[in-house]
Amino acid sequence: MDPVFFLIQVLNGVQYGLLLFLIASGLTLVFGILQVINLAHGSFYMVGAYLAFWFTARSGSLWIAILGGLPLALALGFVIERLMIRFLYRRDHLTQVLLTYGLILIFNEAQRIIFGSDPHSVTVPQIFEGSIRLTDTLSYPIYRLAVSGVCLILVMAMIFVIQKTRLGMYVRAGSVNREMVQLLGVDVGQLSTLVFATGAGLAALAGMVAAPLSSVYPGIGEHILIICFVIVVIGGIGSIKGAFIAALLVGLADTFGKVVVPEFASMSVYAVMAAILLWRPQGLFGRAG
Amino acid sequence: MSRTPRILAWTALAAVILLAFLPQFADRYYIQLFTRIMSSAIFAMSLGLLVSGAGLVSLGHAMFFGLGAYLLVFFSPGDEGAAIWWALPATMAAAAIAALIIGALAVRTSGIYFIMLTLAFGEMLFYLFHDSKLLGGSDGLYVNFRPTVAAFGRDLLSLDDRPTLFYVALVLMVATYLGIGMLLKAPFGRAILGIRVNEQRMKALGYNVYAYKLVVFAIAGALAALAGFLYATQYRSVNPVLFSWRESGLVLMMVILGGLRSRLGPAIGAFALVLVQEALQAVTDDWLIAFGVFVIVVVLLLPNGLAELAGKLTPDRLAKAANDG
Repeated sequence: MDPVFFLIQVLNGVQYGLLLFLIASGLTLVFGILQVINLAHGSFYMVGAYLAFWFTARSGSLWIAILGGLPLALALGFVIERLMIRFLYRRDHLTQVLLTYGLILIFNEAQRIIFGSDPHSVTVPQIFEGSIRLTDTLSYPIYRLAVSGVCLILVMAMIFVIQKTRLGMYVRAGSVNREMVQLLGVDVGQLSTLVFATGAGLAALAGMVAAPLSSVYPGIGEHILIICFVIVVIGGIGSIKGAFIAALLVGLADTFGKVVVPEFASMSVYAVMAAILLWRPQGLFGRAG
Repeated sequence: MSRTPRILAWTALAAVILLAFLPQFADRYYIQLFTRIMSSAIFAMSLGLLVSGAGLVSLGHAMFFGLGAYLLVFFSPGDEGAAIWWALPATMAAAAIAALIIGALAVRTSGIYFIMLTLAFGEMLFYLFHDSKLLGGSDGLYVNFRPTVAAFGRDLLSLDDRPTLFYVALVLMVATYLGIGMLLKAPFGRAILGIRVNEQRMKALGYNVYAYKLVVFAIAGALAALAGFLYATQYRSVNPVLFSWRESGLVLMMVILGGLRSRLGPAIGAFALVLVQEALQAVTDDWLIAFGVFVIVVVLLLPNGLAELAGKLTPDRLAKAANDG
């Protein structure tokens, strides 16, 4: 493989992996702390992508779309946690799967009614237009680098909050032993709402920055959801570190799968997962249980 | 699981008898609809065995349904129908073997890991059939001729005849229900129920828990393939969507909506779900929203499913409720 071509694939894989981590981190934290399987997490990604489309189509700028859309997505996460997810904390996984499946149906149908079934495209912000020439024939789009940069900043900010602040300490403690944290006087209910809304916001943000890279189409959230489940399982449920490594692994596996074995590209991610789970059934950083 | 309220059992029996007369007075549309519902009911019962029998919640069960449907295509020669006497057992056996292979990995895990693993395997098969030209690609494949039911060189039944196919589905559905009942009453089934209730204790008693779970997974896979076989026989076309996780979610919904406490639950769920869908579709184009709301309301208000609703309506319970009130 040509080294420049190889470099491009690595960049693509890392960029995809970082994007996936933004989404998967919310999923793994919601499971770790709230003990809830949220199938509707991919819907937040879809909401983000369509908000980006809607705002950009009206204002002409992705920046305004993010400024306007992010508060909406956070509010949506807040409302859904307060109205529905809250009642699932003490229920079994079956009920959680069912209720959030119902949510997906509602989100998808609302999307179809409002935006129709046609794919839409979102324009790249002006300052990130164009690409960097690497050789005579190969170049790399600036916007992809920008997405990687934004994701990297968010990832570092999140790791800082989780590892270094008091709030992050509660979050980490909550994912180990929810009852104990509650006994120590932390309002776990509020913490849960915060984690869920933040997760929803991050997924929506990922949808927004990814919108110019691919078109915005119905069902966009479901494919991402399944991939994120794979990441959460590989990384070990509730583990941020695991999700990070798994996201990069999956991003690279998917990108290189498309190049090396195009016929079975979509399966490569699942093959990686199966291999890792054969070796470690609880995921890379999961607690044995 | 094993306790079915008496009123529910009698209602179910009456419903089956009523169903048997359906082709006499209903038109083609309803015969087809109910044939489809009965294959869904078999599918739901197979998952019910897994969920409420062994406590294994699978979100990828559609992979065996899809496999059953595709296997009928592969077993059908191009210019005539496959003989059902070997095609059906071969389909179920092949699905059971696939389930043993997938289960060998999946059953090692439990809880949320099992849910996600089955989901991922289902998606893997979906993409395998979706992306591979050899397996039909995204357009799927056709069954040129329905399977033949013949003995000693003479055709016994013609599955092209809609009422005949309806009765075949009815017999298979009842047989599946009774078969699962017998399985759960046998020592094997008792051990399975024991594992669901207290896995550690069964281990301590010397049961090979892993092997038991694996066998249940294989049986459930084979029964789901039976439902898929029936589906492909009815519609004569298969496509990768049959494997998709939406289908797995839908059948899981049937099982949970029907209720896990009763063995009739999954079948009740299948009938209720498809009929509610049909009714909503007739009223509005945007029926999925209403359907989503229906699901959420049932989850929040009826934790034990629709079968419990029937159980609550027994005379003595009503009297008790009245006294309590």
